[in-house]
Amino acid sequence: MKLKFAGLLIGAFVFLFPFYYMLIGSLQAEPDPSVGGAFPSPGNLTGHNYAEIDQAIHLGRSLLNSGIFTGGVILGTLVFGVLAGYALARLQFRGRGLVFNLMLLIQVVPFQLLTIPLYVLIVRSYGLADSYLGMILPFLINSTAVFVFRQYFLQLPAELFDAARIDGASELSILWRVAVPLVRPALLTGVLLTFIGPWNEFLWPFLITKQQDLQPLAVSLSNYLTTVSARAANPFGAVLAGACVLAAPAVTLFIVFQRRFISTNLSSGVKG
Amino acid sequence: MRSRGPLGRILGEHPVGTAFVTPYVVFLAAVFAYPLGFAVYMSFHDYFFTAPGAIVERPFVGFDNYVTVLSDPAVRRAFGNVLVFLVINVPLTVVLSLLLANALNAAIRWRTFFRVSYYVPYVTASVAVVGVWLFLFNSNGLVNSVLGPLAPDPSWLVNSSLAMPTVAIYVTWKQLGFFILLYLAALQNVSGDLYEAADMDGAGRWQRFMNVTVPGVRPATTLVVLLATVTGANLFTEPYLLTGGGGPDGASASPVLIMYQRGIEQGNPDVGSAIGVLLVIGVLLLALVERRFVGKEES
Repeated sequence: MKLKFAGLLIGAFVFLFPFYYMLIGSLQAEPDPSVGGAFPSPGNLTGHNYAEIDQAIHLGRSLLNSGIFTGGVILGTLVFGVLAGYALARLQFRGRGLVFNLMLLIQVVPFQLLTIPLYVLIVRSYGLADSYLGMILPFLINSTAVFVFRQYFLQLPAELFDAARIDGASELSILWRVAVPLVRPALLTGVLLTFIGPWNEFLWPFLITKQQDLQPLAVSLSNYLTTVSARAANPFGAVLAGACVLAAPAVTLFIVFQRRFISTNLSSGVKG
Repeated sequence: MRSRGPLGRILGEHPVGTAFVTPYVVFLAAVFAYPLGFAVYMSFHDYFFTAPGAIVERPFVGFDNYVTVLSDPAVRRAFGNVLVFLVINVPLTVVLSLLLANALNAAIRWRTFFRVSYYVPYVTASVAVVGVWLFLFNSNGLVNSVLGPLAPDPSWLVNSSLAMPTVAIYVTWKQLGFFILLYLAALQNVSGDLYEAADMDGAGRWQRFMNVTVPGVRPATTLVVLLATVTGANLFTEPYLLTGGGGPDGASASPVLIMYQRGIEQGNPDVGSAIGVLLVIGVLLLALVERRFVGKEES
């Protein structure tokens, strides 16, 4: 028991230390990579790095772009994903099994293989480079969220639906008035699960946004990291300040709603 | 039993379901199925970028793009690199996530704290965490200050034999929380009777772990191995940022990184697509081998 607990503690340290160090590094006036530098020293603390990164990549604008990209994906997943999840769980129609199997198959298609053809189609054929629509389109409906919605709709008692149908309610009003209010926790889980995808996504928005004022924070920060930081006075401080701003929303959401995240992965990972 | 008309037999009991799934099916077709076919098409043609709407001839070239790809030393090196990555990343992921999940399953105190701390790297953007790893692992970084005279020279990320292993350890660290939770769920399904039987036979703790836990979570292990392989084959962000574009001198370049350089930076989407198709075929073959190897005692 003691051995296991010690192992867990070491594990927690290894996982959390880089985050602590990220915060400390972002507040140092002079980067201090010595062992002593891992502890906050009052003489070496500053908020200047945050001002520096804000000036270089316009944090507000980048956060807004990340927010629009993520918000668009969440909206698409909620509207179209709930419709699909409900139909897959509760309606008998031709092709249902096929759609369900496609949904599972999608989970193993490596998205990176699709980047070149999607780039050719979205950027070259449809001219959607440097636009929010082009950014959102490949992520519009999160298949894992559709799967979670379906699982929750399946758990509702059948009598509920039969009664509403006998009353002559249309499927759309059954979905909206009966089913959706009963699966609110699933909607929250779906939103959280969908959030971390586009918020953290790098490759796709990196490929299609060349204008700086349309880049999400993950892209503008990485451009700063690869090109501009060499010229800054304290490059690590500024990069780490940007990293803290990028990490904070996802980490905060996860800590506040940690039970939701965890039950998601249990059901989609193992029962799937 | 409800009686159905001939139309009901063709469309099903609730034909409106078709309308409900249509947006999702259109999305899957437009974003997955069509690009997948288009990638294969491009890889067999002389495809190049043109202005939107321009009509040009794109002749069929057979396996020319594949010949170009396979005779490119940078591509061959990248495929070798990703094998090095997988050899380190996959076994390390399986062993560490199973051990930590097993310990977490038995833990009474601080369960939520441990669960959250293991999962935090997984929910954080790689771009953000890469910043702090660069700070930790650069030549004068904290890791080298702690190691003192044991620090490698040249340092981790600029050392051609250590760059790829460091990237592999980074990715293991970042993804581990997801796999720990997968194992944690699988451990709930291992029957308590088996542990009791093992105790009656006088099995020690290690024997219990090897003879009851490990076989009990075998289906989860198959899933962990497959998912870790697919994730590893998709490696892009880490070599792009952590080792400055696959450095030093291509030692940590991944196939997706080369695919991006050839396909988009250098404007040869046909060659890029051929790399992608080869990568997927490679992953499928590897997944088949792994399934046979890891899942053999399942049936």
